[in-house]
Amino acid sequence: MSEGIGARVKRKEDKRFITGKGKYTDDIRMENQAYAAFVRSPHAHARVNGIDASDAEGMEGVIAVLTGAELKADGIGNLICGWAISSKDGSPMNMGPWSALATDRVRYVGDAVAVVIAESPTLARRAAEKVAVDYEELPAVAHADKALAKGAPQVHDNAPGNLIYDWGIGEEAATDAALAASAHVTEMHITNNRLSPNPMEPRSAVATFDESEDHYTLYTTSQNPHVARLVLSAFYNVAPEHKLRVIAPDVGGGFGSKIYIYPEEITCLWASMKTKRSVKWTADRSEAFMTDAHGRDHITTAKMGFDKDGRITGFKVDTIANFGAYMSLFSSAVPTYLYATLLSGQYNIANIYANVRAVYTNTVPVDAYRGAGRPEACYLIERMMETAARELGLDAAELRRRNFITQFPHQTPVIMAYDVGDFGGNLDKAQKAANVAGFPARKAEAARRGKLRGLGYSCYIEACGIAPSAAVGSLGAGVGLWESAEVRVNPVGTIEILTGSHSHGQGHETTFAQIVADRFGVPINNVSIVHGDTDKVQMGMGTYGSRSGAVGMSAIVKAMDKVEAKIRKIAAHQLEASEDDIVIEGGEVKVAGTDKKMAWHEVGLAAYTAHNLPAGMEPGLKEGAFYDPVNFTFPAGCYIAEVEVDPDTGVTKIVQFTAADDFGTIINPNIVEGQVHGGVAQGIGQAMLESVVYTDDGQLLTGSYMDYAMPRADDVPFYTIEHNTTVCPNNPLGIKGCGEAGAIGAPPAVINAITDAIGSNDLSMPATPARVWAAISAARPRVAAE
Amino acid sequence: MYDVHYHRPATLDDALNLLAGADDGKILSGGQTLLPTMKQHLAAPTDLVDVRRIPGMRGIKVEGGHLVIGAATTHAEVAGSAEVRQDIPSLASLASGIGDPAVRHMGTIGGSIANHDPAADYPSAVLALNGIVVTNRRQIAADDFFTGLFSTALEEGEIITAVRFAPPKRGAYAKFPNPASRYAMVGVYVADTASGVRVAVTGAGENGVFRHGALEAALGRSFTPAAVEGVATPAAGLLSDIHGDAAYRAHLVGVMAKRAVAAALG
Amino acid sequence: MADITVTVNGKAMRRSVPDHTLLSEFLRETLRLTGTHVGCDTSQCGACVVHVDGRAVKSCTTLAASVDGAAVTTIEGIASGSDLHPMQAAFNDHHGLQCGFCTPGMIMSGIDMVNRYKAEGRALTPDAIRHELEGNICRCTGYHNIVKAIEDAAGRMTSMATAAE
Repeated sequence: MSEGIGARVKRKEDKRFITGKGKYTDDIRMENQAYAAFVRSPHAHARVNGIDASDAEGMEGVIAVLTGAELKADGIGNLICGWAISSKDGSPMNMGPWSALATDRVRYVGDAVAVVIAESPTLARRAAEKVAVDYEELPAVAHADKALAKGAPQVHDNAPGNLIYDWGIGEEAATDAALAASAHVTEMHITNNRLSPNPMEPRSAVATFDESEDHYTLYTTSQNPHVARLVLSAFYNVAPEHKLRVIAPDVGGGFGSKIYIYPEEITCLWASMKTKRSVKWTADRSEAFMTDAHGRDHITTAKMGFDKDGRITGFKVDTIANFGAYMSLFSSAVPTYLYATLLSGQYNIANIYANVRAVYTNTVPVDAYRGAGRPEACYLIERMMETAARELGLDAAELRRRNFITQFPHQTPVIMAYDVGDFGGNLDKAQKAANVAGFPARKAEAARRGKLRGLGYSCYIEACGIAPSAAVGSLGAGVGLWESAEVRVNPVGTIEILTGSHSHGQGHETTFAQIVADRFGVPINNVSIVHGDTDKVQMGMGTYGSRSGAVGMSAIVKAMDKVEAKIRKIAAHQLEASEDDIVIEGGEVKVAGTDKKMAWHEVGLAAYTAHNLPAGMEPGLKEGAFYDPVNFTFPAGCYIAEVEVDPDTGVTKIVQFTAADDFGTIINPNIVEGQVHGGVAQGIGQAMLESVVYTDDGQLLTGSYMDYAMPRADDVPFYTIEHNTTVCPNNPLGIKGCGEAGAIGAPPAVINAITDAIGSNDLSMPATPARVWAAISAARPRVAAE
Repeated sequence: MYDVHYHRPATLDDALNLLAGADDGKILSGGQTLLPTMKQHLAAPTDLVDVRRIPGMRGIKVEGGHLVIGAATTHAEVAGSAEVRQDIPSLASLASGIGDPAVRHMGTIGGSIANHDPAADYPSAVLALNGIVVTNRRQIAADDFFTGLFSTALEEGEIITAVRFAPPKRGAYAKFPNPASRYAMVGVYVADTASGVRVAVTGAGENGVFRHGALEAALGRSFTPAAVEGVATPAAGLLSDIHGDAAYRAHLVGVMAKRAVAAALG
Repeated sequence: MADITVTVNGKAMRRSVPDHTLLSEFLRETLRLTGTHVGCDTSQCGACVVHVDGRAVKSCTTLAASVDGAAVTTIEGIASGSDLHPMQAAFNDHHGLQCGFCTPGMIMSGIDMVNRYKAEGRALTPDAIRHELEGNICRCTGYHNIVKAIEDAAGRMTSMATAAE
């Protein structure tokens, strides 16, 4: 079947995008639309003693200036973090209040204190500048380690010492004992740099209040419109769910940053009710840097012990995670259940203990960004492995092989039970594709050109397909992480799939149609995907954590099972055969071994005409399903980066990047490889270019593309992609997920390669030319002295 | 953006009158720096006087052995000009590396040097090639033109109309781009001119573009990459930022100078 | 207010807009041609690239008033009826887009670079394409398939031009 599972089908949705007809939130214009501009704090930390909006209110074209006091008075609730984490001593996490518009105190540069609603965006912005806010500056803290220091400025009164929680996982005493008994211990201090997700489409919202119906409509840039509606209703009290429709039209990338419900969306909805106007807000890039949830920002000390044969005996990790000024929606889960539970990596480690302290600082809130916790874990483990190999004088690949998990299922000491994998096979494939055997010759040739060539590995594993609802519920999640689907076969045989997943670039309109084509033998052009609208689609959980394949498509399969069961009954009845003999293939419903058959569309028509259905059967051909995963899925792979460093400037060029991934079943290789390309580019970005930089007192230095280095076309190579598939046993299609792998696996491969090239291990991300040059310079006298 | 009056005068005199009559008038050329600044409310001129279509402001000609480049000539036009490629290939090469293709279609040489952004490329060419900045009033020698960060010798009511360059015997520009903005973090223009070797450094100096006397002396003695080695560039007076400190920039000045000399020798 | 006469995607028109209107705002808000996108404030991302008199420019860094008398082409104006421009088709064929937001700018820049290289008789190698894309940022694709798409389209545009001669 040329359009089914495994086919390199061209994307159906492309046509509107390549012709300029995509419909993004900012492209929407409502009748009677007004525009919002936010008054934002220029200070990282200040008391708000008063707001004088009279100048702004007096400007022609200004409709209203609204403040946090009014928002509170109208009963709009504080923003919340939806995953409860308790400290080791059993105490609950210290969640500080977060109002959509700050009332008494601002806690980061960009924290909004008021909103101006005006007739044009230009006017709104000019008026916002005229709102006079009386700030009383307070001392601020921006960096995680400093936030825990004695006497550090307090970000929230209810989080003494800025500590949100002090959490642990694993067996500390056993791990200490294992380390003490080790033949060798590798110790590292590792910073995982803070990043800004930077989807190319800035966030945007258009809110409309219909007074006659007491009903709200919100168009917004969301990866999960149903979750947005749930949170806006249940926690922020904007409107009850049945009076709020959330639509996420085309979404221009997300990478996690569009999971969350931000102050701006809440404020636009509320402001539309206050002003009786549609209210639109679209971030500019500077606002995006100042308000989109950032990612990563960990400081870690870790020790890994080895026995005399190079087998890992224990792994002890102490991490401080910077949460920024407020706890964003899923922030608490990131450095705990998405990070520490992956600290076993691909390795058989009997003893693991991790301590994680989450802290407030006067910076933008930090939450899940592509990979979310897993890149931090992978970076730590894979830098440790490479460093240990160098210290032990072992080949980096050989050390990994000695420690790979080879028996499945495998229970790690940190919750996860790996179902299946082939870690050695991934490494073999990657080594072959990267021609590792030829590396010494390439290195020598580069040396003749005055270049330092290096090669680095990364063997990553991640937990995707999030997640079994009962399991995450027991760990503190406030929601279940199932997915929903409805399959509607129309009377003419065309099919609509309603899914709670929502594409923001992943190509669901194509891949989801492919699994339907595969199952029912209909052309993908006869299948349309409906998503992103709470009025059209049943409750769903959305797209993040590489879950749309493993969870979203599984729900579709489950619904198709039900549809197929009904089709069998109808066809068996009409063709006077046994249900067991009915086969569906090639667009026909047949009786096996006979020439009796119905065309696909005849079955649909029969279901809806209902003239001749089995006794007692309801008319129609439409089934829904909710799929709740039974386990996480575990995509894994091996990445090899090969770099050349110019010792004169510190400029690093990635000359070869090889990815061998095990994603389970692949529906559309084009799309899966595209996900790897993009993920790897983001990983290279983290490794070499990107970093959100704050001054010690919380001023943001990287507020635009002038200072935040985004990967460009000439920063990255063509990627070599290999697949080494083991089928996931825990979902019907055998899918593991592919969306985050690149961003998880790439950074350590790149840094391991650069440090290999320059002969110095003292290098942190991003490995900018300046840092690489400094590392080379620092290592030089030592080399000379040896 | 704030309100602004846009004017497109047909003559230089009209442009001057418009500027004189404005509360806070600014010349708009390519707008590739000015417009982003205005968008961010960091500049708010009352009037913009677009000089791009004034006759004589745009185009490249050869006069008495000099290249005369109209102030409103775009980077793309300079990069693609047969005359520039013939007479001063290093200048064409520099122009071909400013910004990105879309920026090069709009940005102009006059706008670049009048703004004197410390990270701009063109000021290094004007200074190293000992160019002459031609205005509606006078001719200004390169050494007198750049007076400091974002400041030049231009006076109130003075408009650059062209820049004149005498072709050097040889020359080249080597740029180390800022990883984020792609502006010059260090750019070194080396030119072996009639009045000796001139070396101009952009991107690195706290006060904008500057000449590098020690490199000029060394290259004057021997115009070879080897001559650059051993010439120290003091870090004092160089910029430090999140992309590189002054010591790194000082080091890069040497590396870029060496590469420029090698390129000049072809 | 500025009265401007422009030809947009082959259609001549007169409009009156405030002097401070950017070309991107003029296209998106006045003409409702929303295929041109705005992804940054500092002229780096290139989502807003359109052609003015046949040359790629950043419409977010161009005043609408300054294109008076010019011909503007946007992503909506490059297909011939239902026939996609070869650059558009190549982006679909090579999976050169994911979220689609940077795509209009990528396609407009791609066409511009192919035209320039063709005019100058230079070879548009993958390295040259990467260099030419300095002013266009994509966050989804890692550029791999964008470079492939432009390379392929360059060939198709050349053979089309040859066939037309």
